Amino acid sequence: MSTAPATVDPYDLTQRSSGLRRRRIVEKIFGVLAIGAALFACFILVVVLGTTIFKGFSQIDLGFFTKARPLYGEKGGIADALVGSALIVGMAMLMAIPVAVLVAIYMSEYAGPRVSKGLRIVLDVLNGVPAIVVGIFVFGLLVVGNGQSAIFGAFSLAILMLPMVARATQEILDVVPQSLRHASLALGVTKWRTTWNVILPAAIGGILTGVVIAVARIAGETAPLLFTSSIASNQVSLDIHGALPTLPVMIYENSESPDPSAQAAGWAAAVVLIGFVLVLNILAKFFAGRKRRQLEGS
Amino acid sequence: MTSTAYESTAAPETDLRRRGIRIGDLAFKGIAILAALAATVLLGLIAWKVLQLAWPAIQDFGLSFIWTDAWNPVTKEFGALAFIYGTVVTAVIALVLATPLSIAIALFLTEIAPRKLASPIATMVELLAAIPSVVLGLWGILVFGPWVRDHLEPWIQATPLGALPVFSGTPSQAGILPAALVLTIMIIPITSAICRELFIRVPRDLTDGSLALGSTRWEAIRGVMLAYAAPGIVAAVLLGLGRAFGEAIAVNQTIGNANAIPTSWFDPGNSLGSKIAAEYAGATSLEQASSILYLAAILMVISLTTNVLAQVVVVRFEKARRAV
Repeated sequence: MSTAPATVDPYDLTQRSSGLRRRRIVEKIFGVLAIGAALFACFILVVVLGTTIFKGFSQIDLGFFTKARPLYGEKGGIADALVGSALIVGMAMLMAIPVAVLVAIYMSEYAGPRVSKGLRIVLDVLNGVPAIVVGIFVFGLLVVGNGQSAIFGAFSLAILMLPMVARATQEILDVVPQSLRHASLALGVTKWRTTWNVILPAAIGGILTGVVIAVARIAGETAPLLFTSSIASNQVSLDIHGALPTLPVMIYENSESPDPSAQAAGWAAAVVLIGFVLVLNILAKFFAGRKRRQLEGS
Repeated sequence: MTSTAYESTAAPETDLRRRGIRIGDLAFKGIAILAALAATVLLGLIAWKVLQLAWPAIQDFGLSFIWTDAWNPVTKEFGALAFIYGTVVTAVIALVLATPLSIAIALFLTEIAPRKLASPIATMVELLAAIPSVVLGLWGILVFGPWVRDHLEPWIQATPLGALPVFSGTPSQAGILPAALVLTIMIIPITSAICRELFIRVPRDLTDGSLALGSTRWEAIRGVMLAYAAPGIVAAVLLGLGRAFGEAIAVNQTIGNANAIPTSWFDPGNSLGSKIAAEYAGATSLEQASSILYLAAILMVISLTTNVLAQVVVVRFEKARRAV
């Protein structure tokens, strides 16, 4: 035993080979690269948010929210675009959310697994249709002959919103405990009342999360509005039958303008839009967290 | 006697209630079915309407439109090749850059980072996805583009890569490369979120087994996790590709809007989506827009194909998993 052989014992785990050292170095490199990638993504976020706030925040005062855009020269605000965006997004929500929730209810409460899976694929493919193609679709279907209108803009945004809300709702309905359904049905409650009074309230946190995230996305969507609600005057208007100005379209137009004051107004509008979107995302986190706590509590 | 009396008084009421119940259930189910049908019909309607809109142009220009590199309203020579080139090149550059980064981010969040660090970083990556494309485009053209022109593109030309024709020419702030890089930023959060979900779902005992056999963490990840999640990663890449193909606004702002195939990636080009977005002003009649509608039909076919392909991969993947 004391006279150990000079040969390398292949089964000795304590022995360090150059192979092991090489493997450990690869391991280190991988770790550093992974951390680097994550930091890089965070860095991009900070840079984009930072420059937007840096360039836009100083423009923002009370008048920025209450005055309409100027035609030439004088300093104005974005009131027209804010009102237009709020109306169009609001109408899109009214159109999309009821249909989306019903689709999800059908998928999770009524349809068999094959139909449900088919619908899931339909929704995912619908979600993959480019926003600009949706804009062209609504343009050809409604705008040609009728002219642009905020309603058509809202309809195109609703098409984008539908699959997002439906998928989020369906996923949350699928995790509502089966025992809730059984208990309600065993008490003699009809199926639709069970769905309406038991299943939906149990899932409301998840549904709200999905809705809020979808609203955050369509509020910043420009492409479908270009063809449905972009030829608008710079005045505060509540006429939904005509085209209304919106924040994203305004930022888009200003970004292509060579005029520095228009670019500055674009940055300021971007701060408002990003602020709105980030608040909604934080709200979504809050709803999601509340839902999780509820499930853990039960 | 008593039982028949009981039935005669109670039966009409319960019968009615039962029928009432059935009507409520039927109505609700009917509405839900209608909604599901509407969603399905909508998808078909979009495909049909866009093709129908493009039909006059398809008959006018023929299929050769797809491989013709020309866009001349004066001589009425139109072709989509430059835009297809721009779409595919920007999307592929974006995916080549975004895929390894996304996988690395997802691995960092699931495997390396302690939970306290993982959650805020995951939130930040999610917020990156929440930035509206028009704002990213604004940043892309006014801040990022000049940086690319002044620093990144001269640096690329100084490396051996600079000898390639795609990196030749004078650096510019708007072009294929800036657009592709902005697309990369847009896609990273999407693909990394999908990859993260894939990695979370890899069974723990598989990686634990690999580690117990003496592999390092990287070897376990490469040999077990990545292998297990590979089909899912393919689907994630296809979904990212579909998103990159379809992005019109941010690309329009950064690509520079030129209607011919550029030799260099530093030069301005155009993608299908960005060309359509560029033509929106004054588009009120169909005749004016017919060549644009043809572009929209091509874009729709490309992105629908990519998305359906991604779905097929996902379905196959799930089937294979269940068989194991």
